[in-house]
Amino acid sequence: MRQISVTVNGTRREADVEPRQLLVYFLRETLGLTGTNVGCDTSTCGSCTVLLDGQSVKSCTMLAVQADGHEVTTIEAMATNGELHPIQRAFHEHHGLQCGYCTPGMIMAADSLIREAAGPLSEAEVRIGLEGNLCRCTGYQNIVQAVMAASQEMQGGVKARAGKGGGS
Amino acid sequence: MIPAAFDYEVAESTDHAVQLLGEHGDDAKLLAGGHSLLPLMKLRLARPSVLIDIGGLSDLAYIKDAGDHVEIGALTRMCDIAASDLLRRHCGLIAEAAGQVGDPQVRHRATIGGSLAHGDPASDPPVALLTVDAELVVRGPGGERTVPASGFFTNFFETALGPQDLLTSVRVPKLAAGTGWSYQKFHRRAIDWAIVGVAALVERDDGTVKRAAVGLTNMATTPLRSAGVESALAGRPASAEAFAEAAAHAPEGTNPPSDTNASAEYRTALSSILVRRALEAAVA
Amino acid sequence: MAVAERTIGTSPPRKEDPELITGQARYTDDLTMPGMLHMVVVRSPFAHARIKGVDASKALAMDGVVAVYTGADLAADWAGPLLMAWAVSEDLKNPPHWPLTKDEARHQGDGVAVVLATSRAAAKDAAEAVEVDYEPLPVVVDMEAALADGAPLVHEDQGTNKAYTWSLKNGDVDAVFAAAPVVVKERYVIQRAIPTAIETRAVIADPSPAMGEYTLWSATQIPHIVRVAMVVATGIPESKLRVIAPRVGGGFGSKLQVYAEEALCLLVAKKLGRPVKWVEERSENYLATHHGRDQIQVAELAADEQGKIRGFRFNIMVNMGAYLMIITPGTPLLGAFVYCGCYGGDAYEVNFTGVFTNTTPTDAYRGAGRPEATYAIERIIEALARKVGKDPVEIRRLNFLPAFTEPTPMPGGLSIDSGNYDATLDQALELAGYDQLRKEQQVRRERGDTKQIGIGLSTYLEMCGLAPSRVLKALNYAAGGWDAATIRLSPTGKVQVIAGTSPHGQGHATTFAQIVADDLGIPFDDIEVITGDTTLAPLGMDTYGSRSIAIGGVAVHRAAMKIVEKTRRIAAHELEVSDEDLDYASGTFSVKGAPDRAKTVPGLAWSAWTAHDLPDGMEPGLEETAVYDAANFVFPYGAHICAVEVDTETGQVDILKYVAVDDVGVVINPQIVDGQVAGGVIQGIAEALFEEAVYSDDGQLLTASLTNYEVPAASDVPSIVIGRGPELPSTTNELGVKGVGETGTIASPPAVINAVIDALSHLGVTDVPRPASPENVWRTIRSTRGGDGR
Repeated sequence: MRQISVTVNGTRREADVEPRQLLVYFLRETLGLTGTNVGCDTSTCGSCTVLLDGQSVKSCTMLAVQADGHEVTTIEAMATNGELHPIQRAFHEHHGLQCGYCTPGMIMAADSLIREAAGPLSEAEVRIGLEGNLCRCTGYQNIVQAVMAASQEMQGGVKARAGKGGGS
Repeated sequence: MIPAAFDYEVAESTDHAVQLLGEHGDDAKLLAGGHSLLPLMKLRLARPSVLIDIGGLSDLAYIKDAGDHVEIGALTRMCDIAASDLLRRHCGLIAEAAGQVGDPQVRHRATIGGSLAHGDPASDPPVALLTVDAELVVRGPGGERTVPASGFFTNFFETALGPQDLLTSVRVPKLAAGTGWSYQKFHRRAIDWAIVGVAALVERDDGTVKRAAVGLTNMATTPLRSAGVESALAGRPASAEAFAEAAAHAPEGTNPPSDTNASAEYRTALSSILVRRALEAAVA
Repeated sequence: MAVAERTIGTSPPRKEDPELITGQARYTDDLTMPGMLHMVVVRSPFAHARIKGVDASKALAMDGVVAVYTGADLAADWAGPLLMAWAVSEDLKNPPHWPLTKDEARHQGDGVAVVLATSRAAAKDAAEAVEVDYEPLPVVVDMEAALADGAPLVHEDQGTNKAYTWSLKNGDVDAVFAAAPVVVKERYVIQRAIPTAIETRAVIADPSPAMGEYTLWSATQIPHIVRVAMVVATGIPESKLRVIAPRVGGGFGSKLQVYAEEALCLLVAKKLGRPVKWVEERSENYLATHHGRDQIQVAELAADEQGKIRGFRFNIMVNMGAYLMIITPGTPLLGAFVYCGCYGGDAYEVNFTGVFTNTTPTDAYRGAGRPEATYAIERIIEALARKVGKDPVEIRRLNFLPAFTEPTPMPGGLSIDSGNYDATLDQALELAGYDQLRKEQQVRRERGDTKQIGIGLSTYLEMCGLAPSRVLKALNYAAGGWDAATIRLSPTGKVQVIAGTSPHGQGHATTFAQIVADDLGIPFDDIEVITGDTTLAPLGMDTYGSRSIAIGGVAVHRAAMKIVEKTRRIAAHELEVSDEDLDYASGTFSVKGAPDRAKTVPGLAWSAWTAHDLPDGMEPGLEETAVYDAANFVFPYGAHICAVEVDTETGQVDILKYVAVDDVGVVINPQIVDGQVAGGVIQGIAEALFEEAVYSDDGQLLTASLTNYEVPAASDVPSIVIGRGPELPSTTNELGVKGVGETGTIASPPAVINAVIDALSHLGVTDVPRPASPENVWRTIRSTRGGDGR
């Protein structure tokens, strides 16, 4: 066992873990954060996507010990004070989910994608940006629409400001 | 989905990593981003008895201008390489190949050193580095040494790294002005490994090919340079005819695999098509 | 009084979503019980092997291990084998399928033993330590090889690998073919597919030993059927077993099954008196969860010189895999009636031969039999077009059944509820810009471009809404096809809808609430829908075959109308008029000619609860149940058009445009319907271009993970254009609804393949293997004259 200290959804969590424990099982079984799902065993499907220091990662392809000293954000922290995150709201409004199993991973991947982009994302950018997340229900169509809409809301001002020559 | 149990060590420095490798011998594996090793461990296709975590060696994560070359620390993530302006300016091929690895989540974690040390002939960055004649810097028990990329990949998932060696950085030569490049990755899904990949550099002098370098992904047990194509191009005009003629040499010296996505025969045919397209794209 | 706005035809955001988008939904693996054990199944690495012995001593000695059971250990505990519910024919061979094999493993992944331990990791470690002595036996994977003399037998005691034969015949088929001036005949191979719901299967069995009661949580589409099947397998009485399908992460038919692990968890929980959990890993899912499709088809049409179809004949070989699971032999029958598509003809024949092989069993996969039928007819009609020199649009128009709005007979022998096939084709052609695509195709042909364009059509007819119970009896299916709903009004006018269908992504809670909102004039937000629990919703036949709206939705509507009838009597009593003197609209009863004198359903719910002044003899309370058994199927139809660009050097296919026009009758929630269409179409495109389960000759599944079973991501597929056609109401039910869960998967594969063939038709190409992977297309081009670049 090894002691780790991970800041999960803003709270510092200390635990003794077996080195072989995957981050996704640390979240699900040790911390009880079952919103992050497991859909494959080959790092392909992206259902387990969380943010590590703000960047999307597949929590099935990290050991919990590798997260020691880092910040992890899961789907459970996306809504704040009862208010949905813009991406969550967009998935709801655009019917970007059916069974919902891939949805937490999609939302976390989308969040990272949107924040890394310089401005609102095109359809092609969203599609390639979500290549690490599989969905079997939606055909992706409404997921793509939802992420584009959320990107517009979250980043819509970026290009406008840049266009006016404004600095930071 | 649960790796077999192992002991876990954290390296505090490169020297410490080398020392730990010495202590634990052949059963130890270095853990960087973990994106080559952990997938194998989850399926219990790999079961090292000791993992030495070098992920915390932040001094190995950098991309810097070093005069005639750009140096990339071994722990630099694929996403940072793909997004590097410095690399885009001086050797865009490397950034492009790094951007072709896996998916965004994978690129956020996978490191260039891990990719190289894994020695997967189907991986994109190794071929790109081989094509640009990169040099690899290795720290071992006897100190530091450099290995040319051409001497690094020795066999299927085997490299010139010894059991106590740690890859610390990669030196990427800056391309001469006017050198065109292209990376053509042929795959079924965007997340797949290349069925065949082709990295091409074409340095021109007045419409003539001064120097061409062509590398092939997933066409042999190691990343491969295509000597036949390169020599067929030297001194020839940079024309569609010359590229097509040279591309016919692409299968020479290859030994492609067959799998559920493509037969060796198909890969062989693709290699010529993609070499031609890569050469054309490099000068476009 | 204000009349509530109709919600049918609008798209309120789904009731299901809030817990799903916040990570609060609980799927089976999210649940934990006190003292719970974890089960891991030891599976055969061989496709066929005799189990000579199992040594569990090392495993039993490991930390945390509680028990190991082999097939032999549990043999005496079973009340019966796993349920096979569809004995399609007299000659059917149905070898017993035990949750753990007792003697031989018959496919890679066949269960040999189970390990129970206090943690997932301990169970996994111990499973590796179970030593099984296998004697490998000869393997047969290929269907044609399996039927050859001297083939290795999957079930030695059956004496043959032929599982059954089944035929459907209308008219004098042989005479029609003999007399026809034009006959076309082609052979198609429908590759094996793996459903790949993103949530793998998971089961928890929770016993209450003192009470003899059990709760089984399972990631299933069919909690009610599982309960019956568990009685058969374990002998636990139905009254003591509650089955719950909590949130379920997709199914696509793969969770329309009764699985060994459900029975094993239950039996082991009974033996040990502790809760037992089993969660499937993905690579395990590819071996242990049923596959789909896998047919070899010989398709024939007889026609006149103009291409007017006279006769249909299809001989189909179907791979059963190693065992018959719940509807393995019946799955192709679900398509047997629609091999004629939406075309007329005088004679019709479909023959199925089921074949055992040493592979994972097949069973229903989204569309179940109808995608295969649609593929056969939509391919062969284009062969007919080529033969008689007509284009793909012309040949279809020539053969369409004329438009109708009353039940009309079809060559397959059933009556279709409603259809206008020209109308959906017209809309699809317009949305696709068909003429412009043809022009662009011509330009590229003439230029000799490397990248050529092809356009493919699929004008399909499917049947769903499973199913009239009498028809199921005629087909020898063991159960009925009805479904049920109960509607309960609380004193304050809030509504519970308890439905017998069991969703896993389809949006029942939203759609059913819309039906009830309109029927009772109660706000959408005041209606909750309960499903997927045999105790809370004891009457039901679950979700598959696009039945949830066409059967379950109609049951909901009928239950609501019973509420209306009861409240009408209360209203009449309170208003001191007769029942007939009341108008009813959207939850309000008003006196004819005196609309100010009115009562609303929520208010009448209070009256029913207080029971202070009810009509004589009326029972207090407001709760009604309806069970609906349809008299006929429903028949969605439509036209899909796919335009592809084919790289003639590499064989790479890219979809330029995809148009889906589906008439699914009355649409309750357009956004949900669009979602079903898009999801289904992409799943069908995946079959056409990407996915294939590949076995080696010795029965090893080579595509055993998501790294090479090519489920496409967003970057690999297009957005599609959706049209609805004339929206003719179904005549089968009073809501006018048809099903929409499977249309996309049924219609799209032939549209894509026809497009790829069309792109290469100038090279003489008339067939492309499925999937049209780059290599398959490249090989097709190479096999044509001049196609090798010479």
